[in-house]
Amino acid sequence: MRAFGAVLGREVLLALRHPADTLAAVLFFVLVCALFPFGVGPAPETLARIAPGALLAAALLAALLPLDRLFGAEAEDGSLDQLLLSGLPLPALAMAKALGHWATTGLPLLAATPMAAAMLNLPTEAWGTAVLALAPATAVLSLFGTAGAALTLGARRGGVLLPLLVLPLAIPVVIFGAAAIEAAAAGLPARPYLLLLAALLAVALPMAPLAAGAALRAE
Amino acid sequence: MLEGQDLACWRGERAVFAGLSFRLDPGGAMLLVGPNGAGKSSLLRLLAGLVPPAEGRLLWQGQDALADRVAHAGRLRYLGHGDALKPSLTARENLAFYAALWGGQVEAALAALGLAELADLPARVLSSGQKRRLALARLALAPAPIWLLDEPTVGLDAASVEKLGALLAAHRAAGGLVIAATHLPLPLPGAGEMRL
Repeated sequence: MRAFGAVLGREVLLALRHPADTLAAVLFFVLVCALFPFGVGPAPETLARIAPGALLAAALLAALLPLDRLFGAEAEDGSLDQLLLSGLPLPALAMAKALGHWATTGLPLLAATPMAAAMLNLPTEAWGTAVLALAPATAVLSLFGTAGAALTLGARRGGVLLPLLVLPLAIPVVIFGAAAIEAAAAGLPARPYLLLLAALLAVALPMAPLAAGAALRAE
Repeated sequence: MLEGQDLACWRGERAVFAGLSFRLDPGGAMLLVGPNGAGKSSLLRLLAGLVPPAEGRLLWQGQDALADRVAHAGRLRYLGHGDALKPSLTARENLAFYAALWGGQVEAALAALGLAELADLPARVLSSGQKRRLALARLALAPAPIWLLDEPTVGLDAASVEKLGALLAAHRAAGGLVIAATHLPLPLPGAGEMRL
């Protein structure tokens, strides 16, 4: 437990020393959302119609950005060997890395969600639900993304391979996340969709770290 | 007591080494020597449990050492080619992470390698020799019975090699083992030599 906290604390400290990485993901998220009005035209009802899906897709793509450095940077300077020998079981190490990624990328994206929602003219009554839906959605992506990063570690063109591996796994998250926001925008209960998102998170929570741990072992 | 029996390591289709056996008693030291590419680093990674042996067994106190990798990781310190330092963290912060994992005093470990006055500098401004010393300072944190060192003295000045010598002597006096791959003379009196 102490080792888990040490690895997680190190992730957060490193992110604080390199705020540009987090900022890049947040700006990417907001800018992609800002591009949609230019593409589909500024008609408010059209924008509001595509807002839920666009919000989900943009947030997940933004969260992917720092993933290829998650283990790559550690492998380059030899830190990965030390982490593998840290005495943490490898799934726990992967879990700490995934949690670190979520805390340093997912949480800032949640904070930027109102801004992105405003760009897409999402009705204000759905903003709270948008944050509630994006929280488990980004967490699932952090988990699957960590497994993908562990698998593509050392592969040539790993940065290209990673989205190809991870994004198909994120399809259910996009479906239920967008459905939740759409329901809230239409004044319907979003709870069933949020619960389905929570169920996806409950599946990913044990599975992804186990897969990532196995991939790290095979390195 | 660490014992290797008929260890072999393959890289692709080629055997890096095979049929390698050794035995190291408490306080013992072994130098791995040989030309580049002879498999010194591969053997150290194998002994650390980072890569599984293609053949053979590694025994610790007569038991299979690699059966429980987490326990094996807990009894060793591995110093690889890379210094495993984060450039944006200060020397103290770099070491504090390992102190959180293993215990030990950061300030004492920094002082043991003569880094006390550099403690608040980010690792990116340190020279390569200072970085190597900071990596070596991890050894001074908390005791572990097995030290696996890959070229520990690369880039070190004579005074720092002496400080490393003091660390190695204290470690061996307490019954610790040292296995080091090197091209340079190391302060390890009475160390056996294995030619790869």
